[in-house]
Amino acid sequence: MTITQTLAPARPTLGIRLKSTFSTGRLGLLMHSPLALASALTLFVLVLVATIGAPFAQDVANMQNLRLRFFPPFSLSHGWLYVLGADALGRSMLAQLVVGARTSFIVAGAAVGLATIVGTAIGLVSGFLGGWVDAALMRISDIIVTVPSLLLALAVLFVLEPSVINLVMVLAIGRLPIYLRVSRAQTLELRERVFVEASRAIGASDFSIIWRDIRPLVMPTVLTVAMLELAMVMLAAAGLSFLGVGLQRPDVDWGTIVSEGREYLTRAWWATVFPGMAIVITALAANLLSNWLRASGDPLQATALVAAPSRDEDARK
Amino acid sequence: MIKFLSFRLTTSLIALVGVMIIVFFLARLTGSPASLYLPVDATDAMIRAFNQQNGLDQPILVQFVHFVGNVFRLDFGQSLSQQRPASEAVLSAMPQTLLIAAIAMGLTLLLSIPLGTFAALKPNSPLDRAITFFSLVTSSIPEFWFALVCVLVFSVNLGLLPTSGQGSLASWVLPVATLMLHPLGVLTQVVRGAMLETINAGYVQNARARGYSWQRLAFRHALRNASLPIITVAGDRAGGMLNGAVIVSAVFAWPGIGQVLVAAVYNRDFAVIQAGVFVVGIAVILLNILVDLIYAAADPRIRIS
Repeated sequence: MTITQTLAPARPTLGIRLKSTFSTGRLGLLMHSPLALASALTLFVLVLVATIGAPFAQDVANMQNLRLRFFPPFSLSHGWLYVLGADALGRSMLAQLVVGARTSFIVAGAAVGLATIVGTAIGLVSGFLGGWVDAALMRISDIIVTVPSLLLALAVLFVLEPSVINLVMVLAIGRLPIYLRVSRAQTLELRERVFVEASRAIGASDFSIIWRDIRPLVMPTVLTVAMLELAMVMLAAAGLSFLGVGLQRPDVDWGTIVSEGREYLTRAWWATVFPGMAIVITALAANLLSNWLRASGDPLQATALVAAPSRDEDARK
Repeated sequence: MIKFLSFRLTTSLIALVGVMIIVFFLARLTGSPASLYLPVDATDAMIRAFNQQNGLDQPILVQFVHFVGNVFRLDFGQSLSQQRPASEAVLSAMPQTLLIAAIAMGLTLLLSIPLGTFAALKPNSPLDRAITFFSLVTSSIPEFWFALVCVLVFSVNLGLLPTSGQGSLASWVLPVATLMLHPLGVLTQVVRGAMLETINAGYVQNARARGYSWQRLAFRHALRNASLPIITVAGDRAGGMLNGAVIVSAVFAWPGIGQVLVAAVYNRDFAVIQAGVFVVGIAVILLNILVDLIYAAADPRIRIS
């Protein structure tokens, strides 16, 4: 909220230019929703910090300074690097968080991307072809849903080395069924439409019907789901790292830092609280943004976003 | 009715068989129990004897056939780490899990239905924004971190609640709160979305025009028709509570099925892993059938056939 208020008067020319560029479509709506705008900016800044800041912070994050063990936060006496305190080995919390940000984003982004592509592809084929292919694929999806995902992850990561790639694979497989079901349900409905029949009449192959006629209509829904999943996968990844099967040093994500800090919870709360706060802020921004995306895509609620008074306003009276 | 139930049962059982096959082979990939249960300097003869005693010397497919045969007699074998039948080790943990899941789900429904309804009654009002924001916040907090911070604040600093155990009523507060955290946020959102749709429907507007109070509108007319997505998500989350509570058991040393399963994975206790997944699988299947029956009770248009 404060961001728009301070930006607008300070740089009017930019504001006007932005307004003329984004006055139409969803970006225009985003400008009118301070909370969603703030979330988008937060995510943007976090991604920027993770991509640009992490390579610089890498060396500093591993620098141990035993004289600064459990150095408390909010003090600049040892420079801004230690403004968030230091952990049990005297490593800068701030630098660790920056490095952890990159890993957390890579893991969550890659897992969601992989699950989206594979799940949607299977869902499209399954829904379009129907018959025994569909039945078989749906049973496999049932199996994935029935296996306790955390247990599966525990067992798989116990067998394989904990690494970024394995963590991404485990998370992606666990989240596949959602994309599969969403895209399949839409395909089932779309394949009966006239435009599909028309494509078939002019001799289009199954593949080109799926790719050109159905996929473009399924993607918006799938992408909304993916945005919602981003926060959830990030929490799941952190949970696995917390249980000790996610990532291990030298790979660090925010979950790893929390689980390391847990041992000193009563002595140095900041080693546990700050990495958790980082997760909360990121997940909240992603959730707020996807909530807004859903609301603005829904005609029932989109009108309420622009013109405030709706006829339900006094429903309680 | 019978036809529907048998269809649901067969498809779920097919899934369960698939799960059991995966779990059987996955568990054996984690390594040999002999290296874990025998001393480091164990002789080859000792390892052979250990494997023979536990039936681990046979080819894996023979072990599998043996396992399948025993499952039909509900015999899951002996737990390596607990020296008692695996089914006993699992079933003794189930009451704790079922109890805490029931309490957490009950409280979640009790809170999320009014919250979501009030949010939907005045869409985009300050109240709605506050409730939506609250629900998004709760679903953005990592459960393990929430549990740790609660321990830090309420147990360590304020000394109000115990950090673990389950003796007094107070020791249930933090585990139940941790378990409720994500379902509460998600369900509030679902209730709000579903109510928003039904409140705009013609029959509710009609009832409003006839001057019914908002309580009657919301809880008698709209809620019943909004109940299907709520039941679906609540059922899904309840299944998650049966499965998991792993975080709760890790932070609060809560002795439920999650604790038993995680310990079994680390101890390479194959019999307990298989029995645990089987029992949880059956519980989830029963839960899904229960959800279908509640559907039919809530919405007479759904005929179970």
